[in-house]
Amino acid sequence: MSKISYDGPILEIDQLSISFFTRLREIPAVMDFSVVVQPGEAVGLVGESGCGKSTVALGVMQDLGVNGHIVGGKIKFKGQDLGKMSAEQLRDIRGNEIAMIYQEPMASLNPAMKVGKQLIEVPIIHEGVSEKEALRRAKEVLIDVKLPDPERILQSYPHQLSGGQQQRIVIAMALMSKPSLLILDEPTTALDVTVEAAVVDLVKDLGKKYGTSMLFISHNLGLILETCDQICVMYSGEAVETGSISDVFDKMQHPYTQALFRSIPLPGADKNSRPLVAIPGNFPLPHERPSGCNFGPRCNYFKDGLCNTQAIPMNKIKGFERHFSRCSRIDEIDWDTPISNSSQFESLPPGDVVLKIDNLKKYYEVAANALFGSSGTYKTVKANETLSFEARESETLAIVGESGCGKSTFAKVLMGLETATDGGILLDNENIGSTPIEARDTQTVADIQMVFQNPFDTLNPSMTVGRQIVRALEVFKYGQSDDERNDRMLQLLDLVKLPRAFATRMPRQLSGGQKQRVGIARAFAGGARIVVADEPVSALDVSVQAAVTDLLMEIQRKEKTTLLFISHDLSIVRYLSDRVMVMYLGHVVELGTTDQVFSPPYHPYTEALLSAVPIADTSIEKKHIVLEGDIPSAMNPPSGCPFQTRCRWKKDVPGSLCETEVPPIKTLDGGHQIKCHLVKSKLEKMEPVIKIAAE
Amino acid sequence: MDLLTWSDIIIQIVLRLGPVWVALVILFLVSFRFKRSLGLYGKLFDSTIGMIGFAIVMFWVFAGFFAGALDWITTHDPLAQFSGMKNKVPGTPLRGAEDGDFSHFLLGGDHLARDVFSRMIAGSTIVIIIAPMATLFAFMVGITLGVPAGYYGGRLDTTISFIANLILAFPVILLFYLLVTPEIRLTGLPQYMAVVLFLFPLIFFTVLVNSRFHIVPTKRNALLGIGLAVLGILYISLINEAGSKISFLSSIDLFDVDAGLLTVFVSVVFVNAPTVFRIVRGLTMDIKTRDYVAAAQTRGEGAWYIMLWEILPNARGPLIVDFCLRIGYTTILLGTLGFFGLGLAPEDPNWGATINDGRKLLSIYPHPALVPSIALLSLVLGLNLLADGLREESLKD
Amino acid sequence: MALFILRRIAIMLFTSLCLTFVVFFLTNLYPNLEKMAKTQGNFRMNDEAVLSFLENRGYLLPLPVKYGEWLGVYPGYVIEGSDGEIRGRCFKSDQIPSEAPRYCGILQGYWGYSTRFKSDVWGIVTTRLGLTGILMFWVMALMVPSALIIGILAGMREGSRTDRSLSTFSIVTTATPEYVSGVILIAVFASSAFGLKWFKGTATAAMDNPNLENFFLPVVTIAIYGMGYIARMTRASMAEVMTAQYIRTARLKGVSFPNIVLKHALRNALIAPFTVIMLQFPWLLNGVVIVETLFNYKGFGWALVQAAGNNDIELLLGVSVVSVFVVLVTQLISDIGYVYLNPRISVT
Repeated sequence: MSKISYDGPILEIDQLSISFFTRLREIPAVMDFSVVVQPGEAVGLVGESGCGKSTVALGVMQDLGVNGHIVGGKIKFKGQDLGKMSAEQLRDIRGNEIAMIYQEPMASLNPAMKVGKQLIEVPIIHEGVSEKEALRRAKEVLIDVKLPDPERILQSYPHQLSGGQQQRIVIAMALMSKPSLLILDEPTTALDVTVEAAVVDLVKDLGKKYGTSMLFISHNLGLILETCDQICVMYSGEAVETGSISDVFDKMQHPYTQALFRSIPLPGADKNSRPLVAIPGNFPLPHERPSGCNFGPRCNYFKDGLCNTQAIPMNKIKGFERHFSRCSRIDEIDWDTPISNSSQFESLPPGDVVLKIDNLKKYYEVAANALFGSSGTYKTVKANETLSFEARESETLAIVGESGCGKSTFAKVLMGLETATDGGILLDNENIGSTPIEARDTQTVADIQMVFQNPFDTLNPSMTVGRQIVRALEVFKYGQSDDERNDRMLQLLDLVKLPRAFATRMPRQLSGGQKQRVGIARAFAGGARIVVADEPVSALDVSVQAAVTDLLMEIQRKEKTTLLFISHDLSIVRYLSDRVMVMYLGHVVELGTTDQVFSPPYHPYTEALLSAVPIADTSIEKKHIVLEGDIPSAMNPPSGCPFQTRCRWKKDVPGSLCETEVPPIKTLDGGHQIKCHLVKSKLEKMEPVIKIAAE
Repeated sequence: MDLLTWSDIIIQIVLRLGPVWVALVILFLVSFRFKRSLGLYGKLFDSTIGMIGFAIVMFWVFAGFFAGALDWITTHDPLAQFSGMKNKVPGTPLRGAEDGDFSHFLLGGDHLARDVFSRMIAGSTIVIIIAPMATLFAFMVGITLGVPAGYYGGRLDTTISFIANLILAFPVILLFYLLVTPEIRLTGLPQYMAVVLFLFPLIFFTVLVNSRFHIVPTKRNALLGIGLAVLGILYISLINEAGSKISFLSSIDLFDVDAGLLTVFVSVVFVNAPTVFRIVRGLTMDIKTRDYVAAAQTRGEGAWYIMLWEILPNARGPLIVDFCLRIGYTTILLGTLGFFGLGLAPEDPNWGATINDGRKLLSIYPHPALVPSIALLSLVLGLNLLADGLREESLKD
Repeated sequence: MALFILRRIAIMLFTSLCLTFVVFFLTNLYPNLEKMAKTQGNFRMNDEAVLSFLENRGYLLPLPVKYGEWLGVYPGYVIEGSDGEIRGRCFKSDQIPSEAPRYCGILQGYWGYSTRFKSDVWGIVTTRLGLTGILMFWVMALMVPSALIIGILAGMREGSRTDRSLSTFSIVTTATPEYVSGVILIAVFASSAFGLKWFKGTATAAMDNPNLENFFLPVVTIAIYGMGYIARMTRASMAEVMTAQYIRTARLKGVSFPNIVLKHALRNALIAPFTVIMLQFPWLLNGVVIVETLFNYKGFGWALVQAAGNNDIELLLGVSVVSVFVVLVTQLISDIGYVYLNPRISVT
């Protein structure tokens, strides 16, 4: 099957509307959506979950399932209307002209088929080449996506590869037939930050090499900035603003885009002097959209009678090429007014030491053969290796690291769900490290509480919200009577800014952000002094994240709580923490105040991590550091320094010190600790990773 | 009087079943009216398959109830033999019918000249009592053992799972042949098993209440006191039988259960419990990884509270579906027992035994065996459809 | 792998020991022994006569001793009876008692003597098992392919008309136990009442010469009940696989629908039903017992009924050992097959 030759735009979507039909009603998922992708261009599609961005992608693929239908508009690929094609014609285009890459690499590969077979299928179907020729091409592409040892990989099953490798296979599969258009649907969301950076890098390079146009779908503005030329911002089924990256990022012309940028923690934001501005309200459900502008009810510039009367069309912005905005008041709004910030806070001085971790170690014994029981061999997994730090009253200590770094294990030991192998956890000078939770007294349990990551999992689905908070009060022996506890429960709902009526609701009636608030209320039920927040906002939408973060900060100010904030997202860590602890494979590699950690000297891992985090700010210049390979498994860690396999500074350490010895902790000025073999003079020569470019 | 034609027979049967139709119509009207506020039960009325299944099941429940409790619907005494009615075809007029007697054998007579229609209806009474009850007890046992096995894992799980697999490896028929015989009954073994198996609801109730209310001792003591007193009396009445191996406290022995029935009951519970155990164990292992379980752990909740109040309520969907399926399976098992003449008295009108009786003359007079066959088939089919509808609706949430 | 199988075999042996002991215990309860004595001797025996009958034949020895004898780890009894005759467990009719071996149990290859058939248990079990084997073979040959085809056809387009009708068919068959379907099939296809005398309502003749006419109904009767269950499992598994992300990947790669089903979905969809099919074996035994009784086919199930009905202890034990072994071996095969089908699990 030869490719269509055409020199116009690769993809033209014109006033596309897609609806899903259920037994009860029609649910519009995408309305009046237009975008154009030129040859060799990368267009970013950004928006929160449920805004319809993935539906657009599936619409392009003409794969909407039995319930989804295109109810208006046209999708033209190289000038041909995809909607008018037969199933046969579509099959020729899919995988050949348009290829797609998804979020979950593991799920998008067939678990029962060898990688090689899945790859060669593409050219065999579309070009009818021989199996041998197809295999040769597969090897070529595997080298292109920088996978080591292609022969072995072709013979492997997907589960035998790491997440990063799987995603490279998926990319390779998409590139097998050199498609003209590549659709990437959140391709790196499931990956760790440093692995994500490498994959993004690869996609960018390959896009250039093969001259492929891209439609890049993501919720992460920073990622779009790094990869795309054009951007289209979506809100509630509609495109609200489209234009070139620089136009939209720097001269935005839609209130939603503006609010979105103000609610994400960019460098320069600070919890005290320049707090984030959360977007009020909630994302409307598809069947409860307001009339007129969908963003109206949450918009600061909302004008009754203008914004809520009729559907608002996309308007071209004067003086720009290809810059459109769906707002009726573009000309009336002064887009350059700085954020009017009424709320500024005094920074709280940290109080006494509340929690002291002293040489804490946690080792697990794991059977070497998991499936068929113990064949006698055990392996020791060192989940936490000599952790030592202090946390003070009203202080936020961030624990940063990627998967397998031991941060969740530490949380479990602290909570008492596991006991320490060695060392101690001192709460008010009392060692609780080896006391399991059943043996702790009520006060200790109530003092240390936790906020969990997944909002959909944090509440018991078959108990009312109020009942769950009251239960916590009962367990913490609060109050004498049911009435007293009920009152306290209502106060707690006030504290997390939820209406009191929510007490009788079931969790399924709440949105993700609301559930997370209930989780916070529950954690503070016993007057917790130390709260472990395990990625409390990472599963929430961007616009909700700011509100929940602000809430946590506000409660902390009020209650003088010590907050242990576990996260992999350095932007939010920089925004809200006082001190930062960076972990890698069970080791603390760097510990210091936020300023110390975010400026040189860095631990080499911190340096790479900082470079990997995408930042949605065009004025930021980042040093480009890409780490090789994946994070080693905690079951089988490297010898010597845990980071030596991926470290770019290793050559600066004489001899084989890095491979043989775990580095000692070096204390630099101001109590800044770094676990690295690099000599002081080398460390001091490090350059900052993030620079704000001169205007 | 003449032989009734098939259309007459159908009309007569429909008329005879009048109360059942009325009850069904009322039930459906009320359920439809309030279906939005009835949770999963209400959602059942969104699924055609589920509604058909529910209607069939309720048909038999009403038929069995009206026949058993009010003596409606049946036309003749299901145990009585009528001279001259042996192996008569459906619609045969009753010979020498007196005033007040129903004039025909609607579905004919069997090899002992009893009315097939009445026996079929009477058979449903037994099924709709024993099958759900036995399934319920099997669930109690399975849940009480399965939740801790799944939650704790380790040696406890290995041990209980081994025993469960042991029972499952037994061919069901062999087990029935070994357990449900008059000789075994003499040894009192089924009663001893009843003593153990029927204890589970009591244990379950105690743990359930204690884990939730141990924080408020007065409330707990009151609840436990009342609950255990009622359950205790029922328990003692159930396992006690004058003149058997277990007979004590006869002053509070409220009722007697037929020894054969008790044996059947115990065996069916015994056979079903391991499967329920396996399902509950699997669900528990899945649910215990959720964050709300971790949240309960981090606030220092006891293990039983977490198991029974955090995990179990969230496993209810699949368990309700399995409950319906299992009632159907139990009905089949009861039929099997009857078919092999195990357990209940030989003249008892249960469907299995009636099928077995009828099959001997099957090639000449098929109706005595066909009627109970179709009855059993329809009830089990109804339960399966109901389970299917429930599964579909519960997944939609 | 070898270690895994060894462990499994050890567990199997332990399970069989437990189960046979339970059977042993239940069959050796006194009322059962009494009943057996009366069927062996005569029904008018008084209690004393029963007692001496049992005592003379070693039935009143302690349970562990009897079990040990049966296993062959304890010497067989030699009792000089109250009637003067010397009886021994290991005596054979044409043997001089002094030449009889000391041990005779499973370990020595002696499975005991059937009081019902007056013959060696091993011989009975093997011939009956052979007959049932033929029946099972045809059941499997009919049931498994049709169930899989129905399941795959229904599951590959969930919610379609094919799916609806095939699913309803499966539900109906799972609601039809053998004694119901058997009765209906005989009534329809073999009785004079309906006039369609296509097949025979009895399979006695099939023991020597199975043919379509005398063997079709019993095979179909068993197959129908199991078929629906397997088909529903296959359908559920297939439907789930068809919604998986990698099927979408394949579709968007341009793979045609038949190839998606055959190359991408099938292997993944068969993992779950395979286990179900293997676990079906022990459960088929139920059906076998019912069908053999219904169609008067004197196979293994019929022997079981006979043994149980007459409290023929050693035959019953032999039957249980065999059926338990069938169950455990199929479980083992299903585990190994699962590993083979599912590349995600490796044994090494």
